[in-house]
Amino acid sequence: MAAAALREQLNALLSSMYASGLVDDQFQQLQMLQDDGGTPGFVAEVVTLFCDDADRIISELAALLEQPVVDFDKVDAYVHQLKGSSASVGAQKVKFTCMQFRELCQHKNRDGCIMALTLVRNEFYDLRNKFQTMLQVVPYVLKGPFDFQVFTGIVKMEHMLLKLKRIACPCFLLKFV
Amino acid sequence: MAAVATETPFHVLAVDDSLPDRKLIERLLKTSSFQVTTVDSGSKALEFLRIHHDSSTPISLQEDQLIYNQEVAVNLIITDYCMPGMTGYDLLKKIKESSSLRDIPVVIMSSENIPSRINRCLEEGADEFFLKPVRLSDMSKLKPHILKSRCKEHYNQQSDGNIDESSSNPTNSSSSSSDNSSSSRKRKAEGDAEILPKANRSRHS
Repeated sequence: MAAAALREQLNALLSSMYASGLVDDQFQQLQMLQDDGGTPGFVAEVVTLFCDDADRIISELAALLEQPVVDFDKVDAYVHQLKGSSASVGAQKVKFTCMQFRELCQHKNRDGCIMALTLVRNEFYDLRNKFQTMLQVVPYVLKGPFDFQVFTGIVKMEHMLLKLKRIACPCFLLKFV
Repeated sequence: MAAVATETPFHVLAVDDSLPDRKLIERLLKTSSFQVTTVDSGSKALEFLRIHHDSSTPISLQEDQLIYNQEVAVNLIITDYCMPGMTGYDLLKKIKESSSLRDIPVVIMSSENIPSRINRCLEEGADEFFLKPVRLSDMSKLKPHILKSRCKEHYNQQSDGNIDESSSNPTNSSSSSSDNSSSSRKRKAEGDAEILPKANRSRHS
């Protein structure tokens, strides 16, 4: 009983992540690579690695932007790294904010970069919260058989339906602190 | 032992400085039935390749070395382009400059779709260029390159008469399977470029 309720929660969480553009198709690729045995295994591992990596990069960026003279090449290199790893795990919003960040790097705009880092950090924290919830729930849900492939099919459908709805009434906000 | 070469899975060496990316490529490859070794830099890749492909092995260790080489022979290298220190392009060049390594197919991955970059890599001898993020469907493009390079090796071994005579002599490191690539690469370096015109792509630079 409890497992079914949790499974519903997990489904709802994942479908909202897709629907809001927090994650994209690449995240689905990760789910497809999950063990058939149903252990959290791969997705948990790669998501955790990504989060640790992103955390580290964001700290480095904060430190670089605090310097009296900012080394924009180094900043750009880090942002490029983060953009790459976020693309690899399907962290779409983080990826987009990284792209914005890179443009500001090109213009060597310190204030702009600081703002961009804030955006990146916010998106990353939001995503990380959801990942953490997901990973906490998954072990319980996966005690029984859990077909990720069927599930992602459902998510994709919902995602598409919501996309169609959104065309009728777009309502995107970028959060600022 | 030597005869089972065709049944051992192909071994791919994956090079990427990003940890999440390494995990992903490793999983993609394992899911596609490849054996995988991952390293985080071009220099570590070369180190790994030298240990497992260096044809100048001491004769006394030959028998063990033979078996060892067969077990970890690298059949394909897949590398990220943007890496600190040695880029994927630099690594590609070093591989193509090495007589023992140049026949290993190389695939470059990059998150940036820059045609001049792609062309440069292909001209330097890369067999394929993947745009990141890499997906499961990309994995099916790898085996053809491995098989193609094995055909070349096999063709090389057949066209070179020595190999059959020396099959009883372990020091020539020739086994009946076409899998033992170190000796054939050595022979190849001795200049049979005419026999296989496509073997070395535009080495003119």
